[in-house]
Amino acid sequence: MKILVPVKRVVDYNVKVRVKSDGTGVDIANVKMSMNPFDEIAVEEAVRLKEAGVATEVVAVSCGVGACQETLRTAMAIGADRGILVETDVDLQPLAVAKLLKALCDKEQPQIVICGKQAIDDDANQTGQMLSALMGWPQATFASKVAVGSGKATVTREIDGGLETLEISLPAVITTDLRLNEPRYATLPNIMKAKKKPLETLKPADLGVDVTPRLTTLKVVEPAKRSAGVMVADVAQLVEKLKNEAKVL
Amino acid sequence: MTILVIAEHDNASLKGATLNTVSAAAKLGGDIAILVAGSGAAAVAAAAAKVAGVAKVLVVDAAAFADQSAENLAAQVVAVVKAAGGAISHVLAPATTAGKNVLPRVAALLDVAQISEIVAIESADTFVRPIYAGNALATVKSADAVKVITVRTTAFEAAAAEGGAAAVEQVAEAGDQGLSKLVGRELTKSARPELGAAKIIVSGGRGMGSSENYHNVLEPLADKLGAALGASRAAVDAGYVPNDYQVGQTGKIVAPQLYLAVGISGAIQHLAGMKDSKVIVAINKDPEAPIFQVADYGLVADLFEAVPQLTAAV
Ligand SMILES: Cc1cc2nc3c(=O)[nH]c(=O)nc-3n(C[C@H](O)[C@H](O)[C@H](O)COP(=O)(O)OP(=O)(O)OC[C@H]3O[C@@H](n4cnc5c(N)ncnc54)[C@H](O)[C@@H]3O)c2cc1C
Ligand SMILES: Nc1ncnc2c1ncn2[C@@H]1O[C@H](COP(=O)(O)O)[C@@H](O)[C@H]1O
Repeated sequence: MKILVPVKRVVDYNVKVRVKSDGTGVDIANVKMSMNPFDEIAVEEAVRLKEAGVATEVVAVSCGVGACQETLRTAMAIGADRGILVETDVDLQPLAVAKLLKALCDKEQPQIVICGKQAIDDDANQTGQMLSALMGWPQATFASKVAVGSGKATVTREIDGGLETLEISLPAVITTDLRLNEPRYATLPNIMKAKKKPLETLKPADLGVDVTPRLTTLKVVEPAKRSAGVMVADVAQLVEKLKNEAKVL
Repeated sequence: MTILVIAEHDNASLKGATLNTVSAAAKLGGDIAILVAGSGAAAVAAAAAKVAGVAKVLVVDAAAFADQSAENLAAQVVAVVKAAGGAISHVLAPATTAGKNVLPRVAALLDVAQISEIVAIESADTFVRPIYAGNALATVKSADAVKVITVRTTAFEAAAAEGGAAAVEQVAEAGDQGLSKLVGRELTKSARPELGAAKIIVSGGRGMGSSENYHNVLEPLADKLGAALGASRAAVDAGYVPNDYQVGQTGKIVAPQLYLAVGISGAIQHLAGMKDSKVIVAINKDPEAPIFQVADYGLVADLFEAVPQLTAAV
């Protein structure tokens, strides 16, 4: 069984981004870029399924600029067998990514696609669900546990009220939540090995997909800052302030 | 133009998040219709018809919607949009785990973009939404014929649950897609208010040290304040509390009157979920903790001393 794992190159989660003064976007020049954390969890899960003998091949896919190659190498260092880069300079929105992934699914015929639940830059939380819809496949989003059987998977999902377990037929799309696993660190030998793994580059046109954005960003601004608060000396003062100043008790 | 709001419910009652979504819909200008797709959900349809400002309730009651699967619900929403022959200009759902699960599916099937988690509406096609864990706000304009939108509930007041008298109409069932099956749910039982609706939230982080500490130290305070309990990711990962307690960029977004952060450092991912609270209190033993930069009142103290004192004093 083949597993496809879409991995997005995003600003590292530790970086506090700055809005550009001209309001056109956030400044990502010279900031650290990493694999979207939810996608690391996705790669880890796929690799574990391979190590468990459930999957036979793990293919990582990244869509975007040429530098996404680094993200694919990271995926291969964790254990993906090969990488596919769909290269474009166009600002890709989730629907466009889902269409590119659909074209790759038609070609590669994976049984499972494991996406992250959300990219931490656009905070969209859309791509996995969209891909699943375009394929006409079942979806199990926000997964915290995955068990793959023959022709089906049982997935526990994190929902607002607690947890929910679904049984879905395969092929299917699964999206990862934080508690699914703890991704391993790529070791130096594995990073070296990853450099030799196959990496194929395609263009959206090769896949026959129109990636023109549907949404136009008119402006990007910084949110209103909270005004600085005060430090209180002890609990008594805190209670006094909450009662008489903030009037919330 | 009709704005279609997808009701969130458990077949028994209409969830509060739907009321916030109706208020967002009201800002768009047009008739508001609520779709109630459920199984044995007559009470939900009746509640939806009473919501102020709603013109119509569309009801489809069938076994296929018992578990609210994304596949069946999305197919139904798309069928309703198509049957309306262009009359539906917007499809809205709350940005809850349920809304986030189903709406991108609807958007893809309609071949339109989804606009996620809007916090403001500038016009019928222009919306404001947070990106990068709320460190930036983007204003985006959609060129699609149907705008598919999830709504951040904390950014819009709840519409009045009573006062409306909408017409109730049955719609044709789109059928069971047969793609997934619910095995079971483990819902967290609590007599406390829901995180999304609570006026006061007491939230604990890794500083609590253990599940026992979390419960022994924070529950008495929450009980006295009538507060909901929340947590940081670290507290959830460590197993102190269930996953649905997590507040943050990738957990729940909250905006209570009072948010008490106890033993939470204030990582950007946590701040993303609570920095719109009216009053923020931080109790942390590290004076350098970033949480103090957003707190209205900061107390540098050992939580194991400060919280019991606070519980006794309120
Ligand atoms: C993709 C991604 C998504 C994430 N999403 C979220 C999210 O949605 N929500 C979220 O919260 N985090 C999220 N995180 C995690 C986030 O980055 C932080 O790791 C997390 O918020 C830290 O939790 P914490 O503040 O409880 O723990 P820590 O950072 O370890 O802080 C513990 C604090 O407790 C204090 N403390 C310890 N003992 C005491 C004591 N006795 N008395 C008083 N104070 C004490 C310490 O001084 C410290 O400041 C996410 C991370 C990633 C990568
Ligand atoms: N450009 C991209 N390349 C590869 N995968 C992507 C890309 N964009 C999104 N994804 C996948 O879709 C998930 C959700 O992204 P989003 O819908 O943008 O929040 C990510 O965690 C990835 O698994």
